[in-house]
Amino acid sequence: MSILVNKDTKVIVQGITGKQATFHTKQMLAYGTKIVGGVTPGKAGQIVEGVPVFNTVADAVQATGATASVIYVPARFAADSIMEGVDAGLDLVVCITEHIPVLDMVKVRRYMEGKKTRLIGPNCPGIMTTGECKLGIIPGNVQTKGHVGLVSRSGTLTYEAAFQLMNAGIGISTSLGIGGDPVKGMDFIDALELFKNDEETLAVLMIGEIGGTAEEDAAKWISANMPNKPVTAFIAGRQAPPGKRMGHAGAIISGGKGTAADKIKALNSVGIEVADTVAHIGETVVATLKRAGIYEKCYAKN
Amino acid sequence: MNIHEYQSKAILKRYGVPVPNGKPAFSVEEAVTVAQELNSPVMVVKAQIHAGGRGKAGGVKIAKNLDEVKTYAAELLGKILVTHQTGAEGKKVNRLLIEEGSNIKKEYYLSFVIDRTTARVVMMGSEEGGVEIEKVAAESPEKIFREYIDPAVGLMPFQATRIAYKMNFPAAAIRKASAFILKLYNVFIGEDCSQVEINPLVVTAEDNVIALDAKLNFDDSALFRHPNIEDLRDESEEDVKERTAAKEGLSYVNLGGNVACMVNGAGLAMATVDILKHYGGSPANFLDVGGDSTPEKIAIAFKIMLDGGQAKGIFVNIFGGINRCDAVAGGIVEAAKIISADGKSLPVPVVVRLEGTNVELGRQILKDSPIKNVIMAETMEGGAKEIVRLVNQAN
Repeated sequence: MSILVNKDTKVIVQGITGKQATFHTKQMLAYGTKIVGGVTPGKAGQIVEGVPVFNTVADAVQATGATASVIYVPARFAADSIMEGVDAGLDLVVCITEHIPVLDMVKVRRYMEGKKTRLIGPNCPGIMTTGECKLGIIPGNVQTKGHVGLVSRSGTLTYEAAFQLMNAGIGISTSLGIGGDPVKGMDFIDALELFKNDEETLAVLMIGEIGGTAEEDAAKWISANMPNKPVTAFIAGRQAPPGKRMGHAGAIISGGKGTAADKIKALNSVGIEVADTVAHIGETVVATLKRAGIYEKCYAKN
Repeated sequence: MNIHEYQSKAILKRYGVPVPNGKPAFSVEEAVTVAQELNSPVMVVKAQIHAGGRGKAGGVKIAKNLDEVKTYAAELLGKILVTHQTGAEGKKVNRLLIEEGSNIKKEYYLSFVIDRTTARVVMMGSEEGGVEIEKVAAESPEKIFREYIDPAVGLMPFQATRIAYKMNFPAAAIRKASAFILKLYNVFIGEDCSQVEINPLVVTAEDNVIALDAKLNFDDSALFRHPNIEDLRDESEEDVKERTAAKEGLSYVNLGGNVACMVNGAGLAMATVDILKHYGGSPANFLDVGGDSTPEKIAIAFKIMLDGGQAKGIFVNIFGGINRCDAVAGGIVEAAKIISADGKSLPVPVVVRLEGTNVELGRQILKDSPIKNVIMAETMEGGAKEIVRLVNQAN
């Protein structure tokens, strides 16, 4: 078990003929991902990395039976690509693209109402179920198979944390980056709900950052709904000044809301330990697992 | 992206939102000329800076005649204005807005922002105008009313009317307030704003509804479809280093300290600033160079950090994922060659933490390089401690 994707998930790549998309298609295939098709309007009939290209997502889905897609389309067209994936009835759409206009994402979220598709991103590294499937740009060599679920608003912090866990002998079931934008698809609670119901996942590592109140909301949800799976957290941006965007469009303290201090306080208040620095994420997870008495079960080093 | 009040009001006017008559002035003479054209018994001289709280800081003056306009214009132009939003160093006034005075009966608050939780545009209105809305939100949140807007149909007239009644506009101004609100929403959508704030919005003695102040912020990701907005950028309002970095596609925020850092990825960059502070350093900046940076880009990043003697030490914190460490290390060596006078030396110590794919190759490249002053760190924690120690030692 794992969440959202596994070795049988059939995946298409939207914008597959672009340079980045082609590069990452190769990486995803090398990881074992079942990529069954690509989409670029006007390029039907071409083959990229051994994968057939279609003009539309609907064509690709009909021909291949794909249930998930990953999007590497330029920002000004990416919102449309997400909606095309939703319209085609995909279970999961992962959008890597950064800098999509916020109002475009507001429309996307409205369009998704009442439809079955789940969206990860945009402006995210994607999702990886260890040893089975990856959609996006997460490096394949930073995580080992195991029982910790990892959900993060940041790409590099996802890899950094996975790497620290690997060095500590702790494996990961599925890791996903939900992205750094203010209006996006899945949020922490959506991911936590899936981890809660996943038998393979015994604990969760949550990596947040300044801006918005998703971490505070998650703290409340965990306290009310997930007593049996210990959560460890890290929050980036303790030193961020108010009113400044820290790289991510969503990483901004505005009107006194969204500070790291507020988030850490909310998490601590429901018993979640927050690593004091980025260098201590791995050891803080280990400490949490030991306290919960599941360290032995989660230790995966050979 | 931010713009000035006079620029915001020009946009509002284009959408039919009522604003006082007025024009910008860049000199005392120009201020007098504008005032003459306005030919109003009362005029307002307003300092134009990218910060709120100007009124309290003495940046807004009421003038009864041309002489007073002249006096106030001379006083404000070139003045350093310190408001609760500028920080202690304040901001220099280079532009003024000269406006006709309004006969204010009552002040209100109105804004549109993006609500992350509902993924919708939300309109907020309050009878408590002319004061800091954060204060109202903290002290009497029941006085702030909200309408969430369905993007499929946009702001509906009944919503505009409903909030106008809740905000307690006088009966004679309800229709005008409702029309004002609907037009203001068109500005938000039409110009891809991230925030539109009218504080205060006023009802005049004549029961007209006017935007007495206007603050528009724009979504940087949507500027490609608004070249006219990009043209309004006032570079003198922006940090020189931040501006230079933005032009090069680097994400940089000046934090004022002396321990610089260069990192790949926004999250890790924020966390690196935090860890430098954690070990007693004074972070100079946030800097995300991205994953696939060329030596030229890294060289530019080094130049920005070193410019003006700000950085007394640099911490390079790279996690090599798909981008390999050996490529990044090669980039650092090339960058050092570009910026050093003799191709071998850097003006301040540089501690490099590399981790991830091909890390051994990357470390070897740095060891073999002729550049002095580059120190390898075995761990992130060790590297952060080391650069803070080196900088504090040098001071």
